[in-house]
Amino acid sequence: MRLVVVGNGMAGSRLVSEVRARSRDVRVTVFGEEAWQPYNRVLLSNVLAGTASPGQIRMQGPSWYADHDVTARLGVRVTRIDREARVVEAEDGTREPYDVCVLATGSEAVVPPIPGLAGERVVAFRTLDDCEAILRAAEGARRAIVIGGGLLGVEAARGLAGRGLPVTVLHLADHLMERQLDAEAGHVLAGTLAGLGVGVRLGVTITAVRADGSAELEGGEVVPGDLVVVACGVRPVAGLARDAGLAVDRGVLVDDRMRTSDPAIYAVGECAQHDGTVYGLVAPAWEQAGVAAAVLTGGEARYTGSRLVTRLKAAEVELAAMGETHLTDEDAEIVRFAHPARGTYRKLVIRDDRLVGAILVGETGAVGTLTQLYDRGTPLPGDRATLLFPGLAGPAAAESPTLMPDSATVCHCNNVSKRAIRACWESGARDVAAVAEGTRATTGCGTCRGAVEGLLSWLNRQDAEAPAG
Amino acid sequence: MTTPTHCPYCALQCGMNVAAGGVITPREDVPANGGALCQKGWTAGELLSSPERLTTPLMRTGGELVPVDWETALSRITGEIRRIQAGHGPDGVAVFGGGGLTNEKAYQLGKFARVALRTSNIDYNGRFCMSSAAAAAQRAFGLDRGLPFPVTDLARADVVLLAGGNVAETMPPFVRHLAEARRRGGRLIVIDPRETATARQADLHLRLTPGTDLALALGLLHLVIADGHADEEYIAARTTGWAEIASSVSAYWPERVERVTGVPAADLRRAARLLGAPGNRVILTARGAEQQSKGTDTVTAFINLALALGLPGTPGSGWGCVTGQGNGQGGREHGQKADQLPGYRRIDDPAAREHVARVWGVDPADLPGPGPSAYELLDSLGGEGGPRALLVFGSNPAVSAPRAGRIARRLRALDFLCVSDLVLSETAALADVVLPAAQWAEEDGTMTNLEGRVLRRRRAVEPPPGVRTDLWVLAELAVRLGARGFRREPYDVFEELRRASAGGAADYSGIGYERLDREGGVFWPCPAEGHPGTPRVFLDRFATPDGRARFVPVDHRAPAEDVDEEYPLYLTTGRVLAQYQSGAQTRRIRPLAEAAPEPFVELHPDLAERLALAPGDRARVTSRRGTAEAPVRISTAIRPDTVFMPFHWPGANLLTSDALDPVSRMPEFKVCAVRVQAARPVEVAP
Repeated sequence: MRLVVVGNGMAGSRLVSEVRARSRDVRVTVFGEEAWQPYNRVLLSNVLAGTASPGQIRMQGPSWYADHDVTARLGVRVTRIDREARVVEAEDGTREPYDVCVLATGSEAVVPPIPGLAGERVVAFRTLDDCEAILRAAEGARRAIVIGGGLLGVEAARGLAGRGLPVTVLHLADHLMERQLDAEAGHVLAGTLAGLGVGVRLGVTITAVRADGSAELEGGEVVPGDLVVVACGVRPVAGLARDAGLAVDRGVLVDDRMRTSDPAIYAVGECAQHDGTVYGLVAPAWEQAGVAAAVLTGGEARYTGSRLVTRLKAAEVELAAMGETHLTDEDAEIVRFAHPARGTYRKLVIRDDRLVGAILVGETGAVGTLTQLYDRGTPLPGDRATLLFPGLAGPAAAESPTLMPDSATVCHCNNVSKRAIRACWESGARDVAAVAEGTRATTGCGTCRGAVEGLLSWLNRQDAEAPAG
Repeated sequence: MTTPTHCPYCALQCGMNVAAGGVITPREDVPANGGALCQKGWTAGELLSSPERLTTPLMRTGGELVPVDWETALSRITGEIRRIQAGHGPDGVAVFGGGGLTNEKAYQLGKFARVALRTSNIDYNGRFCMSSAAAAAQRAFGLDRGLPFPVTDLARADVVLLAGGNVAETMPPFVRHLAEARRRGGRLIVIDPRETATARQADLHLRLTPGTDLALALGLLHLVIADGHADEEYIAARTTGWAEIASSVSAYWPERVERVTGVPAADLRRAARLLGAPGNRVILTARGAEQQSKGTDTVTAFINLALALGLPGTPGSGWGCVTGQGNGQGGREHGQKADQLPGYRRIDDPAAREHVARVWGVDPADLPGPGPSAYELLDSLGGEGGPRALLVFGSNPAVSAPRAGRIARRLRALDFLCVSDLVLSETAALADVVLPAAQWAEEDGTMTNLEGRVLRRRRAVEPPPGVRTDLWVLAELAVRLGARGFRREPYDVFEELRRASAGGAADYSGIGYERLDREGGVFWPCPAEGHPGTPRVFLDRFATPDGRARFVPVDHRAPAEDVDEEYPLYLTTGRVLAQYQSGAQTRRIRPLAEAAPEPFVELHPDLAERLALAPGDRARVTSRRGTAEAPVRISTAIRPDTVFMPFHWPGANLLTSDALDPVSRMPEFKVCAVRVQAARPVEVAP
């Protein structure tokens, strides 16, 4: 079988490796518009922040394609899919025949129709090339503007601020990350960012970006800046599919097997639209790649949609959001704790005793547990407080040996109870060595030594205080 | 008059003195325990005089095991072996050994199978213990020595990462080394789904979802690289394969690993920062990480992490495996493993066959080839083309094997089962012939502890009349089967083992009883009498052809059986302090039976509330393979999505999974899917 994959980003590269893991027989050709080996787009914010280098976010080693017998056409754009002839045509004039074609064309940055966005000091934030362009521009910049206060915009802003560049986020909506957060969480986040050198302007409309890199707002105010990063969201790249006559809505329509309206063509990742949803995160893209790889190598698999968990990757800003975070008390059971002064906000959205959404800002100690409860749809414990404050459910701190019941075990290694140590003391043992001799307490791992010492000094003290009889 | 020897139980092999009547006192002169003992060690002498001791051979007659004399028992065994091999060939008879056997017994057992029985069907319960770590160490370093450094090095560590081990219960004196490290300012990181006694002592406890250790290790390596803590100089000088590694962990960024493992990304970062700081750093793996169907890859991921940090072969630092069974180390070196010959040689290596055959005085062509792994061997018993007879030495697979109900059925399907043990274990109870074996304080020999230090076990008391050593039994059987050259005395067997191991990876040729008596212990490899032994391996080079350690890229995968609607909870199994392995010995020692009288099902309060179970209620735990019942214990030390059962009693392993690691053939003991419900109270018969 000849497989041609169009697109070599997170979804396409994952599909290729999943197919290869399942079958050595499929002939695989992959086209990548970017000249880079596939890289981890999730970590671009880290590159921007300087916590990862471009080399570190590569998804495959330099010899991967050769080792795995995959033909990689990197830096080559696909111009047309000829469904009649089952051939993919590339801009360099080559024609690649396929038995199965997978579209993994991803998405592209949305650039709003604001005058001046084509200027030299303006860069969209989507690819590794964009990332490097931003970093080059940031070197001479004194002040940056980020247009868009969604996930990517916040990460970009935090990354640039971390490099010492003051940043202003200009956001159209009334609070940050409005797709994932409710208003209160958004405001807590803005407060945290303010302390890290990121100013946030909400509900603002930009009328123009000037050539010097500053932005004009509706009402005439000018926000100073000499570098503008555009992070206004993405839209699926579906032009090839549309031109080829495949069914396309916002994205390329796929069924539960990730097949498009042409059964020889699949689509995965951010270019695909499944059951009305276009996903913009990597986890769903990888699930889809897994399903498509299984199906096209003759296996059985179904994609039934993904549960979305968003984690902000920004130093010193802990944030997690999952599921339906916008429901209110009228539609669901809401458990909430807010402490804006400390930058903390926690919210659980519960329906039918299941977690259907959650927000954690500030501290995310509970995130592992909440994510799994959300992912698995497990019934929640009756006491919701322990979910918000995991420390509450922890075991009681080690009891003082003096307060322990007599039956409590003091030395676990030798199963010695407080009662046995007391009896040993009563028969004359006055120090740890004598108690060890008599009971074997402290002779194993030795960690109960402090407890035995405490117990002995308590017994000695009681003895001294006891009225002479 | 006391005799200095070592504990019968775990791989720490604490030094102890045995006085008349089996009275035990700890030895101060053994570095592993330095005068400490746990309750198991203190009470080990009680089994010497236990009424449950077997003191005469037993033979099944009319359905009952009845006492017989040795001649009758041995004749029956050799008669059955001849009869079955005549009908089914040499492979019709199988042998199953144990990680508690001395080096001499393990060696003699392997030789007996290959020379006297000429069967390829031999493996041992160590396959259920350290095989994943052994396979991963072999592939990275070319050599498997559990701890490649003395255990006392731990006390000088600045950071110890312990993945899937509960040493505070399994080998309590080990904790003294960790505690000393912490007293000096070192940090302890523990990876465990449960808040164990060990995890409670940790500075950082990563409480992961069962079966996700591999993702966690990959996540830590991702962070170490991202934070610039990879030791490029070491990597360039001492390793190969690094080019693939950074990209192989690129997909394991902290937030993704958090979702897979349930460990908060912030804790992953904390762990990576601790590991990345300069100083002595040790990464240890144990059964929790290893007993999975991806155990080899999991250990490989931890070794990759250690290599990236520049630890293995660096004095004071390194990666190591916390070996479990008393002679788990030596037992895996001298030929009771299906693919192995003495000296840690491979049975499919012509040069190894040549060398060992010469020591044994046989034609190399007559040595059988590699046989199936432990579970596969047990699973084939009495079946189509499988062995018809099994000889078991020092193991209780009816309790300790995964999917134990099926294994018990396979044991019952045999034409002939012979078990040598101290007590009538659950496996012995199924046998046609049971042989009463001498136990630790009644025999001489050597044990190799978790550090690779060869130690002397000494006879302190005479075995009861009627009891024989396994060496004697094997020699007797060999003679009757027409094989020559099987010695009865441990000293003689060890001298032969020295020659057989010479030139192998685990070279004991420079180690003799007199030297062990003089020096207390010698670390292998020790290729000559004047050689000092090797406390720290890999200081100059690794045991690979080019002397470099190998990075092997690995990828996470889900457990063979994940939770679903029908079986919504994870079961993980493990140990309690007062019991050892299948409990055959420790359940028969009164103070231990009082401390830990019965199995239990540990549940989180949230889960208990949902299932309407209260402490002391009986829970019924069901997996796709079986059902077990036990009283409920409720504890916040366990995750709400997981239940825990100790495996020292029949029960837990009726549930466990027999999915095997593709490389090590280790079964997935540590994670499977179950459902839990209240059991109806048991009617007590009047």
